[in-house]
Amino acid sequence: MYETTYHRATSVSDAVAKLGASDDAKVLAGGQTLLPTMKQRLAAPSDVIDVTHIADMKGITETAGGLRIGAATTHAEVAGSEIVKRMLPGLATLAGHIGDPHVRHMGTIGGSLANNDPAADYPSAALALGATIHTNSRQIPAEDFFTGMFETALEDGEIVTAVEFPKAGACAYAKYPNPASRYAMAGVFVAKTDGGVRVAVTGAGQGGVFRHAGLEDALAQNFSADAIAGVTTDPDQLLSDIHGSADYRANLITVMAKRAVAACA
Amino acid sequence: MTGSAEGIGARVTRREDKRFITGKGRYTDDMAVAGMCHAAFVRSPHAHAKVSSLDADAARAMPGVIAVLTGEELAADGVGNLICGWMIHSKDGTPMKMGAWRALEHETVRHVGQAVAVVVAETRAQARDAADAVVVDYEALDAVVDSLDALKPDAPQIHPEAEGNLIYDWEIGDEAATEAAFASAAHVTKMEIRNNRLVPNPMEPRAALAHYEEADEHYTLWTTSQNPHVARLVLSAFYNIAPEHKLRVIAPDVGGGFGSKIYIYPEEMVCLWASKKTGVPVKWTSDRTEAFLTDAHGRDHHSEAEVALDADNKIVGLRVKTVANLGAYMSLFSSSVPTYLYATLLSGQYDIPAIHCNVKTVYTNTTPVDAYRGAGRPEATYLLERLMETTAREIGMDPAEFRRKNFIRSFPHQTPVIMCYDAGDYDASLDAALKAIDYDGFAARKAEAARRGKLRGIGLSCYIEACGIAPSQAVGSLGAGVGLWESAEVRVNPVGTIEVLTGSHSHGQGHETTFAQLVAERLGVGLDTVSIVHGDTDKVQFGMGTYGSRSGAVGMSAISKALDKVEAKAKKLAAHLMEASEGDITLEGGTFKVAGTDKELPFFQVALAAYTAHNMPEGMEPGLKEGAFYDPTNFTFPAGTYVCEVEVDPETGKTEVVDFVAADDFGTIINPMIVEGQVHGGLTQGIGQALLENAAYDADGQLLSASYMDYTMPRADDVPSYRLMTTVTECPGNPLGMKGCGEAGAIGSPPAVINAITDAIGTNALEMPATPANVWRALKSAQPAQAAE
Ligand SMILES: Cc1cc2nc3c(=O)[nH]c(=O)nc-3n(C[C@H](O)[C@H](O)[C@H](O)COP(=O)(O)OP(=O)(O)OC[C@H]3O[C@@H](n4cnc5c(N)ncnc54)[C@H](O)[C@@H]3O)c2cc1C
Repeated sequence: MYETTYHRATSVSDAVAKLGASDDAKVLAGGQTLLPTMKQRLAAPSDVIDVTHIADMKGITETAGGLRIGAATTHAEVAGSEIVKRMLPGLATLAGHIGDPHVRHMGTIGGSLANNDPAADYPSAALALGATIHTNSRQIPAEDFFTGMFETALEDGEIVTAVEFPKAGACAYAKYPNPASRYAMAGVFVAKTDGGVRVAVTGAGQGGVFRHAGLEDALAQNFSADAIAGVTTDPDQLLSDIHGSADYRANLITVMAKRAVAACA
Repeated sequence: MTGSAEGIGARVTRREDKRFITGKGRYTDDMAVAGMCHAAFVRSPHAHAKVSSLDADAARAMPGVIAVLTGEELAADGVGNLICGWMIHSKDGTPMKMGAWRALEHETVRHVGQAVAVVVAETRAQARDAADAVVVDYEALDAVVDSLDALKPDAPQIHPEAEGNLIYDWEIGDEAATEAAFASAAHVTKMEIRNNRLVPNPMEPRAALAHYEEADEHYTLWTTSQNPHVARLVLSAFYNIAPEHKLRVIAPDVGGGFGSKIYIYPEEMVCLWASKKTGVPVKWTSDRTEAFLTDAHGRDHHSEAEVALDADNKIVGLRVKTVANLGAYMSLFSSSVPTYLYATLLSGQYDIPAIHCNVKTVYTNTTPVDAYRGAGRPEATYLLERLMETTAREIGMDPAEFRRKNFIRSFPHQTPVIMCYDAGDYDASLDAALKAIDYDGFAARKAEAARRGKLRGIGLSCYIEACGIAPSQAVGSLGAGVGLWESAEVRVNPVGTIEVLTGSHSHGQGHETTFAQLVAERLGVGLDTVSIVHGDTDKVQFGMGTYGSRSGAVGMSAISKALDKVEAKAKKLAAHLMEASEGDITLEGGTFKVAGTDKELPFFQVALAAYTAHNMPEGMEPGLKEGAFYDPTNFTFPAGTYVCEVEVDPETGKTEVVDFVAADDFGTIINPMIVEGQVHGGLTQGIGQALLENAAYDADGQLLSASYMDYTMPRADDVPSYRLMTTVTECPGNPLGMKGCGEAGAIGSPPAVINAITDAIGTNALEMPATPANVWRALKSAQPAQAAE
């Protein structure tokens, strides 16, 4: 790791100020992505601004339309939350299967969304449930937030403060883990929302998380695993690597979608 | 033997675990000496390139930097090239073609990660910063990574010494007899078999701390070694670092080796040289990426295998052609692995009258390959046991019965490939395993799994291995540069406590417990009065170290011989002290007794008498300390049967190992708990090879699986709760009847797993690792064929 200066922010505005005070500062949340990257000398921020002690950015609360999760809330807190388990059980299951216990007790939802790893789990839930990403300066619909692999709509110096999830009729997540990293090779989040059935796929797409129109249409007609057994995905849009070809991932999308639908019942 | 509750056969908990489990182990990286500085290596990003220039001026000016040293300086100082210590001759009589391997390369780099320079700086971070600032210009050359490609006429040439990248073209067995057997065969089964390349991944990465003291012209090297004396010998005799009496090598606690810490690597050697050159103690600890790129890899074979049967389904011949990838350089024992540790085991547990095997080894632009847990024997077992299973399916015979029909049943048995098996009972382990798995009930289990949408399969592996490596004369005649005996010294202190100095080295095997159990058994003393000393060339006179499951059969045999001498001398002294005749003295429960009387003397009093020396028999020297060297007369031959049951999810291709039975014959067992741990670890590594692990290179020689994000190590949820059992035939070749257990699991398990999967999915077109994607593809490509049938 290169030398860096650690700062602990006390409030969102303090964090924004500290971020702005240096050219090369980065937000540090759970550090589960940023720190390994720094240790491998692939990132070298001059300053890191720790946001995990900002009270406003932590915790899970029920709102009129759904629930709000502070950006610095850990995966373990989401997985164990009675509110999340009751309102969005698929989201609790998702959080409970990220990485290992160490990762879940350090990593945060805000860090995961800001990082937008194409194999991360949370982006699929945010997109399928139609979440809204709150930042220090605005609110961004999930639809507009994820702009490509490791890319988001966040501006330089912009901090995710919370994520708001609307209620859903039913929702579930089925993940096929990469055998080595156990990130998603194909993770499918299925949600019955006020706006209809929404299906988002992570781990498989070349451009990161995406909504799957074919699956959504079929499920809108008939919300059952059988209804989507024949739905395919164009492998040209999918990732291919030593762990699985695009064909294999296309197959996994259908299989995981079936399992998620079955879990919604 | 006097017997002891803590002696042979007792499930004593490991004495070393208190320090390991509480984080108090002392590993090389924990060592520090005053003034210690840190090394960081500048490494090639290319698999094959000419080094056109190296500019270290900026690096030398950076904070804390003491020196930047290059390959030119290393060569100028007369430091020798790295060598392979086992000579193999091609079938035409020519010696193997060893390409020059410099510890720092200044002309042509041949694999990604090869070191071209070293930075020594006050802190590790400063060293790394400066290493990043060394500017190296490379002229990239075409690379070749696959061994079959390397043999093609237009392949890039890697070493000038090895034309066509061929290191040797070796053979074993009787080619004409084998040909005749195939000519007369009633049935021939033929397969192409690939053995995947693995990265050893010990938990503790390699490390070195080198300290040169100018006043004494003396070096001390703390390092992660399985064989510190061999390291000293090689560093001294071949690399000209220092004469042996001026070089002390200490291998303290070592966190796993699996073979990868047998060898001398460039980094450890460079630390020694750099310490003298800079005048400061130099430490280097590998990071994980360096471990992936520079620890010797394992396996990587392409083979064609065929077996010939007579009309009665008896095997009449076996023919094998193997191409083995040795990577960019010949590592210390690399040449012996695909030859004498591989082809000599191709007879398996079977009576095969004619065998011929041809092995070509080749250079490629990949990390060097050497022995990795099992070393050659897993490759032989995988090939033979897949071939046996496939043949049984082709001829429509039950795979267990086909094996049984061909078992060797009389011992000693001379195979056509050098080995002479001394003892075994292959029916016993097969019977035990089939009974435990409920072989006859498999059809019902398969049907039940089908109702749950799962494909269930069962697979066998009847393995044999040659362990206790081995008789010096035999390995010498086969080309080994060293003898493979072991030494021991038993020092009884005046108060009766005992230190055992051994040339074996423990890096996870539990020697501090099992070796002490032997002493407890023999002398009737408590384990807490015995300590085991190993891993320091200044303490132990000489030893060959630990690999090839040799520490029990060879290392403990040496201790046993030394104990014989201690016991004999102590009895003589006890007889003198009790005024009895020597023949009447017995040693029971730590007390010398005179048969037929009530006279007795505890062991510690006899020890004290040996040191006070007030009253000794005529001519007896004072003291109670004896040493022994033990050289076995043969290898040992552990064998057994593994049965694996899997369930495959046809939708995802995911395999779950749902049951695994291992019936092993290890001869005498000192500590069943430790043996079970060794088997658990070995099986898990074997299942890792079968299902998960793969060192994958791209065409340019970049290692794609160079971190745990992409290299799949087995985890607890990848393996079942194993069901282990042992059947025992004692090894006649050593005083304890031991065969060894360290590698069996890794040797025997991969074919059992793959045979089970191919049984489940109904196609044999499957290679390791059987990842979900690979199994899914095999299933998918088998479907049209099935539909067409
Ligand atoms: C062993 C291991 C296994 C893992 N397995 C999985 C898995 O299965 N599935 C999965 O989805 N993830 C997995 N992860 C990643 C994990 O979930 C991370 O926690 C997550 O991706 C990043 O969150 P973090 O809080 O650790 O962020 P950090 O690492 O601290 O930051 C990540 C990036 O986001 C930025 N950032 C962080 N917080 C904010 C914010 N509030 N506003 C703006 N920018 C911000 C940082 O500047 C940085 O660029 C794994 C990680 C590890 C180490």
